[in-house]
Amino acid sequence: MSPAAPAHSAPGPVATASPLLQVRDLHKHYPVRGGVFGRTVGSVQAVAGVSFTLAAGRTLGLVGESGCGKSTLGRTLMRLEAPSSGQVLFGGQDLAEARGDTLRRLRREMQMIFQDPYSSLNPRMTVGEIVREPLVVHGIDSKAGQLQRVRELLQTVGLAPQTMERYPSEFSGGQRQRIGVARALALEPRLVVADEPVSALDVSVQSQVLNLMVRLQRERGLAYLFISHDLSVVRHVADDLAVMYLGRIVEKGPAGRLFQAPAHPYTRALLQAVPSADPRRRRQGVPLQGETPSPMATPAGCAFAPRCPHATEACRQSPPALQPLDGDAAHEAACIRLHEIDGSGG
Amino acid sequence: MALLEIDRLQIGFDTEAGLLRAVDGVSLTLQAGQTLGLVGESGCGKSVTAASVLRLVPSPPGRLLGGEIRFDGRDILRLPAAALQQLRGREVAMIFQDPMTSLNPVFTIERQLGEVLALRFGLDRRAARARALEMLRTVGIAEPEARLVAYPHELSGGMKQRVMIAMALLCEPRLLIADEPSTALDVTVQAQILHLMRELQRRHGTALLFITHDMGVVAEMCDQVAVMYAGRVVERRAVAELFESPRHPYTRGLLASMPRHAAGPKAELPTIEGTVPSLLAPPPGCRFAERCAHRAGLDAAARQRCEHEDPALVADGEAWVACHFPLPGQAAPGVSHVAPAGKGRA
Repeated sequence: MSPAAPAHSAPGPVATASPLLQVRDLHKHYPVRGGVFGRTVGSVQAVAGVSFTLAAGRTLGLVGESGCGKSTLGRTLMRLEAPSSGQVLFGGQDLAEARGDTLRRLRREMQMIFQDPYSSLNPRMTVGEIVREPLVVHGIDSKAGQLQRVRELLQTVGLAPQTMERYPSEFSGGQRQRIGVARALALEPRLVVADEPVSALDVSVQSQVLNLMVRLQRERGLAYLFISHDLSVVRHVADDLAVMYLGRIVEKGPAGRLFQAPAHPYTRALLQAVPSADPRRRRQGVPLQGETPSPMATPAGCAFAPRCPHATEACRQSPPALQPLDGDAAHEAACIRLHEIDGSGG
Repeated sequence: MALLEIDRLQIGFDTEAGLLRAVDGVSLTLQAGQTLGLVGESGCGKSVTAASVLRLVPSPPGRLLGGEIRFDGRDILRLPAAALQQLRGREVAMIFQDPMTSLNPVFTIERQLGEVLALRFGLDRRAARARALEMLRTVGIAEPEARLVAYPHELSGGMKQRVMIAMALLCEPRLLIADEPSTALDVTVQAQILHLMRELQRRHGTALLFITHDMGVVAEMCDQVAVMYAGRVVERRAVAELFESPRHPYTRGLLASMPRHAAGPKAELPTIEGTVPSLLAPPPGCRFAERCAHRAGLDAAARQRCEHEDPALVADGEAWVACHFPLPGQAAPGVSHVAPAGKGRA
């Protein structure tokens, strides 16, 4: 990964020996049951062999369309779901092997922000109770100390201390997402998995939450795994990008280069599908056809081959592995025809 | 004569807290074969305005407080029920964000599409089936024969959306109202649907009333745009001019807060501070005044005016703007009419 650090490089170690998060060949399958006896008749490969690393203080944008497995991946990293196979290392420590105090410490260091600021906050708890809850669960500080922390956290996310006494229903979507951010920060994590954190918000409110997340990263050296279907949002926040299609990463690399010179035909189609936002330069031509196939019936070869304008018979044989692009080792794509299709639009 | 004219429309909702004026004096015109975008954030009244064109606002609690809607010269709000029924699905069709608003869960796709065709064109079952198959192919549904005998729940979200659109297109309406038709869809599917709607317009001269919060979609699809805020239209004009030189401070704020217009990755995004005023008791002056960044540069007398005097939507050059002190327009080269020289702005 290029350490072409943004001007506001995060405090703390810029390049440590072991990255903050290492994911190695992660799989998550769900059995599909059928018939009167509920026997296993197949499986859905939600995540099918995903590997990546994320350094402290950086943002990895994870993009893809519905059903591509990006949310399952986030939940599996957080251990909200058990992986079927593969390794997740946090600070070099294998999450699956962590027990007792180590596991508790690791859990504190990884927190999550959810898409829906309406359903992710308990309506019967006050804002103060919601933000304080992780501190209580982990037995951090005295009650007075906890309340002081809650006040500081609310201030950090731009909410007045008085909001502690109020209930989530009294707040707008943007304010609720700030409450969710304050709760995620309570345990001073080093990694935040943010699953579509601004997708439910209006654009003017969305910009406030994005500004907050960028500022927190700068001030606290947070790493984000930023999961989103909205490419213009990801482009704004991500240092690195991974594009998923049907459970696999099909392209990854530094965000700037990936947006400028997408290599995989799916990434190209995805970028072309985004409306131009310039009425004088509208898109021309016919968009990519078809829909993502069901993850229950994944094609044998490249999962994108059935929709790919460049697919050949060889593409349908076996799933292609990620390979570095010529002259750019940090930028990888999983396509056996990279060299043939290079420069053919995109 | 315009195909659709909305004139000083006022719609209220009776709530426990009093009368909520969701649409408060909205005027719009749409010419045959053109696309008008109705944009704004949650709660601005855009969907209620659109639904009232087909008299789909539930009453109670909704209530017409004033104004007129004329379609092809006919006074829709006072049309007898039978005549209204004739209009719906024949001359005017509507598609929604949630396809299940239009699809009946207990009937097959064939039956639902067939009903439309029997009603609209008097086709018999065989002719209707052939026409329905053709349309399902046109909207990009694979294996249309199999889909005809399916029930809505057997289809994916994207497919249901396409069936609803197929149903609307089968009517060959003169006006198609689309309320956030692509919001819930993946970007590649959204691109297909937008493409399809443009094709329909090109072939049949259908006028489109497009309701969205996505400024990218507006740039892509619309000829004219009306920006709504708190139940009012604050700016109305041609799309390219609106994007190039927004005249209302709210429009400018909305465009500026889009991540793709940011100065660079992770750069601070402009935001619109504060919240939309309550429509139970809207302020006497400009409804945007409290949040208006532009107001800070005005003198005390001018600020008083913003707070106490309700700005009307008036023509200023090619733009219609509801602001006492609109932002200066840039005289675009090649514009035939004479733009008013920079009107006094404090």
